[in-house]
Amino acid sequence: MNSEQEKILQELSQAIIQGEVKAARNLAEKSVAIGLSPLEVIQKNCVPAIEQVGRLWENGDYFLPELIAGAEAMKAAMSELQAALKASGQVMASAGKVVIGTIEGDIHDIGKNLVAAMLRATGFEVIDLGADVKLEKFIETALMEQADIIALSALLTTTMLNQRKLIEMLVSQGLRNRFKVMVGGAPVSERWAKEIGADGYGENAVQAVEAGRKLVNRKRGYDD
Amino acid sequence: MIETRRPKIDFLSQPAVEEIVEEAFELLEKIGLFVENEEALKLLTEAGQSIDKSKHRVFISRELVEKCLLLCPSEIKLYDLNGEKEYVIGQDEVHFDPGSAAIKILDSESLKERAPLTSDLVSFYKLVETLEHIDFQSTGLVSTDVPQVIADGYRLYLGLLFSQKPFVTGIFRVESLKPMLDFLLAVRGHEKNLAEKPLAIFDACPSPPLKWSRLTAQSLIDCSRLGVPSELISMGLTGATSPVTLAGTLVQHTAENLSGLVICQLAKPGSPVIFGGSPASFDMRKGTTPMGAIETMMIDCACAQIGKFLKLPTHAYMGLSDSKLVDAQAGLETGMGAVLAGLAGINVISGPGMLDFESTQSLEKLVIDNDICGQVLRMGRGIAFREKPLALHLFEQIGPDFNFLTMAHTRKWYRTEHYFGSVLDRDVYDTWVGLGRQDIFERAKDEVRKRINSYKRPVLKPEIKQEIKGIMQTYARTCGLERLPQIAE
Repeated sequence: MNSEQEKILQELSQAIIQGEVKAARNLAEKSVAIGLSPLEVIQKNCVPAIEQVGRLWENGDYFLPELIAGAEAMKAAMSELQAALKASGQVMASAGKVVIGTIEGDIHDIGKNLVAAMLRATGFEVIDLGADVKLEKFIETALMEQADIIALSALLTTTMLNQRKLIEMLVSQGLRNRFKVMVGGAPVSERWAKEIGADGYGENAVQAVEAGRKLVNRKRGYDD
Repeated sequence: MIETRRPKIDFLSQPAVEEIVEEAFELLEKIGLFVENEEALKLLTEAGQSIDKSKHRVFISRELVEKCLLLCPSEIKLYDLNGEKEYVIGQDEVHFDPGSAAIKILDSESLKERAPLTSDLVSFYKLVETLEHIDFQSTGLVSTDVPQVIADGYRLYLGLLFSQKPFVTGIFRVESLKPMLDFLLAVRGHEKNLAEKPLAIFDACPSPPLKWSRLTAQSLIDCSRLGVPSELISMGLTGATSPVTLAGTLVQHTAENLSGLVICQLAKPGSPVIFGGSPASFDMRKGTTPMGAIETMMIDCACAQIGKFLKLPTHAYMGLSDSKLVDAQAGLETGMGAVLAGLAGINVISGPGMLDFESTQSLEKLVIDNDICGQVLRMGRGIAFREKPLALHLFEQIGPDFNFLTMAHTRKWYRTEHYFGSVLDRDVYDTWVGLGRQDIFERAKDEVRKRINSYKRPVLKPEIKQEIKGIMQTYARTCGLERLPQIAE
């Protein structure tokens, strides 16, 4: 790799870490233009960069605005790189497919949006159903999209109860083993997740990604 | 005699208030707001407002807002169960009510948060009835041993069975609105009487930014038609659901309140509305909404100042804490908030008892907060000039054994001039040790027990009781619940 290529890659990593959306897109485009392999750029630069963002956030150096900006920059870079991949006839293995939404009766979607952004940034395919989503809609979409994970957000304890209901619906429809169920939201706890028989729980967006990864690995038969 | 000055705090200058209101007008006119309720959209269309139907987006003219502001009463009178005791909500009158709709209760023994039961809600109502400095009840706990679909109505039903004080309440489901308003009608006997003597305030929260949902807009419309006051609870979160600057959030808050007020006035001109809210500083590290943050309190006080400028009764969610225990943080956040709210002259201050971001009620904290509220109310009465001369005449007998303890003047004024707490520690050290070295939480536990034992149930006419029970049963049945849970009488 020549020094110009190295410089661009370093700048791309930095753009993601610094959350500079435009720069990340331009640099990703440039990296393809000068002949670098999109797959390698993703694996060797983009993924470590977004992981660094996650670490900075978990260490308390980054606050939510920086975390979101990092995820947005990652998304911008990824859209360029994935387009290039597709054009060259290659496909990147998806980290997993997630159907996500804020549950019926609940209109709060900041937390859900954060989780969706972080999942996307880390290579998941995310189908975001928005807020106040009917339980049937989660299941329909997950079936149609052949999703790996259904992720349910709730901010109110009254609506949190619907998380349990969705799992019950999956059981009664004989679909419980088809999808992993992840729950989150302010009133939701690890204990609640266990109590209702959910498969995964993340206290925050970064942990949700970790939980998502584990669930997909388990679903695909890998070790955690 | 020199008039007593009510201590007062203003966070904003007059030009600042005017600029915020001005921008709020522009926001409603240029950006508009989202209304997901057909009836509200119809009212707005009929009032000549321009509407983008496909997006449920309405642009509200300054002219209409100004007209509606003139229709809005600047003072509301709320009455207790018997319609006897009157509470003025307006000017700088301050009333506290417990933080509402907690989904958890702090267990007195385990010190853990747990799901509230109907028995907890009954204890809560009984306790609040005994708290001298908390004027209104709130439907404070969501009991989890009844089906969630009837939980909102059930709270008010039980409340009316156990309380004399007026209520601050609200709905979770559109279907609950009718039975809940029917309860109030049953107590007052007639629509006219209810409009004359409102018994409850209904909270309605717009969804930030700038949206009135089907549920909340319906609450505004139906309450207004019956003359039931609507309390508008705008709740922008700085940097998340509203601008990150405090002043920017104030613009959105004002616009949301004004738009709610317009819907109420279109439903029925002259209907009572309270300019209120539960805005909060959004914690960018934790993604939480600290109600005990000083920025939250600054926004709340400034909102009230704007409300007063608009000549409206005011409300805020203050005097509560984000702590998970009744600890030093709980005391300092509640105390700071309550004092500031009192100084801002906010008419309805919701918060006492509340912990953990408006999610958890604690009976012990309620008792402690009652002492905070009492002192805030005392502060609000200011430093009065009782007599003239103020003191000169008291020194006439001055000599070697002279003191004020034996004076008739002291006996005459000490109870009026000074606040006496119920759980604050003012013992000397040895006495405190002798009493078992209790901290305030332990003392509050005893006090809760004492107060609940001293509670006297208000007398509700049997026919009213029967009627509201009937309404509750019918409503429960429409939700698929054949029998109401048993309540210990």
